[in-house]
Amino acid sequence: MSLFDSFKVALGALRLNALRSFLAMLGVIIGVASVIVTVSVANGAGQAIEARIKALGTNLLVVSPGSFTSGGRRAGEGTAIPLSERDLAEIRSKVTGVAAVAGMVSGSAPVIAGNANWTTSIDGVNAEYLEVRDWGLTEGRNFTEAELRSAAKVVILGATVARELFGNAPPIGQQIRVMNVPFTVIGLLSVKGQSGYGTDQDDTALVPVTTARRRLFGSDKTVPDNLRSIMIEVASAEAMNDAQGEIETLLRDRRHVRGDAPADFQVRNMAEFIRTRSETQSILSVLLGATAAISLIVGGIGIMNIMLVSVTERTKEIGLRMAVGARRSDILSQFLIEAVTLCLTGGLIGLAIGGGAAVAMSFWGAWPIALEPSLVAIALLSAGLVGIFFGYYPARRASLMNPIDALRYE
Amino acid sequence: MSARQQTASKEAATPPPTPQIAARDLVKTYCLGGGVIGALQDISVEVARGEYLAVTGASGSGKSTFMNLVGALDTPTSGSLQIEGQELGGLSSDALAHYRNERIGFVFQSFNLLARTSAVDNVALPLLYARRGHRYAREKARECLARVGLDHREQHQPSELSGGQQQRVAIARALANDPHIILADEPTGALDSRTTEEIIGLFEELNKGGITVIIVTHELDIAKRTARRILFRDGKVVEDVRH
Repeated sequence: MSLFDSFKVALGALRLNALRSFLAMLGVIIGVASVIVTVSVANGAGQAIEARIKALGTNLLVVSPGSFTSGGRRAGEGTAIPLSERDLAEIRSKVTGVAAVAGMVSGSAPVIAGNANWTTSIDGVNAEYLEVRDWGLTEGRNFTEAELRSAAKVVILGATVARELFGNAPPIGQQIRVMNVPFTVIGLLSVKGQSGYGTDQDDTALVPVTTARRRLFGSDKTVPDNLRSIMIEVASAEAMNDAQGEIETLLRDRRHVRGDAPADFQVRNMAEFIRTRSETQSILSVLLGATAAISLIVGGIGIMNIMLVSVTERTKEIGLRMAVGARRSDILSQFLIEAVTLCLTGGLIGLAIGGGAAVAMSFWGAWPIALEPSLVAIALLSAGLVGIFFGYYPARRASLMNPIDALRYE
Repeated sequence: MSARQQTASKEAATPPPTPQIAARDLVKTYCLGGGVIGALQDISVEVARGEYLAVTGASGSGKSTFMNLVGALDTPTSGSLQIEGQELGGLSSDALAHYRNERIGFVFQSFNLLARTSAVDNVALPLLYARRGHRYAREKARECLARVGLDHREQHQPSELSGGQQQRVAIARALANDPHIILADEPTGALDSRTTEEIIGLFEELNKGGITVIIVTHELDIAKRTARRILFRDGKVVEDVRH
């Protein structure tokens, strides 16, 4: 019997018990619909999170001084000798795959404009900082080399600071005071939103690193060209680990860290941070997928149950088919096709319901969803596989019947 | 000239033709509730091509078991069963299915038609299992229905047909693959006398066309009309007469 004939027989048998077929399918319908909804919501959320993490800047390495150790006592993070402009220059010239390097001195200070004041973090940075952080300007311009050299009193404001100080008024060209030093606003940063750690990245003001050192946070006399941290943008994600290794070697050498002693600085890989987040994300996806898979399996058990009933009910028919020449494989494929047809029909209905629900959630609930064609294919494929897996046992049972026993079955 | 004499005169002229069905020392036992029940004991029967015979006996005498073995619906416990020179004993289940499909036409007491399936589709079933193709199967099925006088009922489902008509559909289905042997197990058991007459007439006609027809029956009237009668009792052949 051809596949087409078997399919026709299967459809006929399913139509004959329409309600029963529908109830049997219900498990698969719910299973597939839940797969579609959960995975597309999880993927959507994952993509949204990833986009936020990418806002930190991509392929970023952050070097900061570690702990100062004296006589076995460790003073804690950031207490070791600061990094310096020479470290930055060495990294820029010696480490391979470096696209941009930004040095940073930071502190916190109240900022005053007219009668408004706001305490925010002040970062002294070089001109490459915006590139490294992948941060654009909505208005104004970046620092010039001349401004950096001369420690000019210019400032670029983050969106939050600008809002707090000026409201909706244009900030460019306005004067502000930071620790009683007057600054001219030359730029406005674009909105970056919350960081991966949950802090408001827009609550900041950037000044030239030289200005910060000389006019604002000039207390550190030990290293005159000190830098609180160095941010390195690496040209490609693949080069990250190599660059990190080279920087570590270079700095251990420069800071005279001997042999296998612990380094007094640290190099943080932001890509790792992203990876951790996406791993968390994929664990979430796996959990949701597993839940959906369980409901598919439960659906499959329903299919198996109904197929066993169907095989028993139609024992005499099976006997007759064998008597007129059906081979075991004919009977096997007939019932297998019936189970797969049940599951695929259920899968299609589930797909329509799940897809509709996901689209509705994104439309009315404003949930980020990602309904990918591959997900649709996987859902349908798994419905088909459920049909084959759970239909096989009943079908095999049918095919192994003894013709005469089947014919005599009452 | 009787059938026996006919065979004898043929034997004198040519070497004896291989019988179409040759059963030798056929034994069939069933295990039931711990005990072994002998359904058939040392049956040796030969049937020539084109014979028309009745297998009779009381319920449980082994006549149906014998028919099921000949039809390859069941396998013997021991002994040999050759159909057209081929031993059925060692055949695989697929080969047996092929044998049933090509050589045998079954007619059952309860018709065994597929419910909610048109007459023509019921008749086409063996042809589909023979992988003959859709168009051919339908054409051949129509032809077979015409042969049993049901060409006007092609699209009717079994529930829309009378008992006699249903049995005729079943006979048409048995004929679909041009079988060499028709095995009819109590084919008129569910029919009234007038319809019985029609159905038996149909079998006689088919036999005249060269098909071996074996009817299992306990009705003496039917057995009398065949050319040969084998009587089973307690799993043994106790009488084998040619009329």
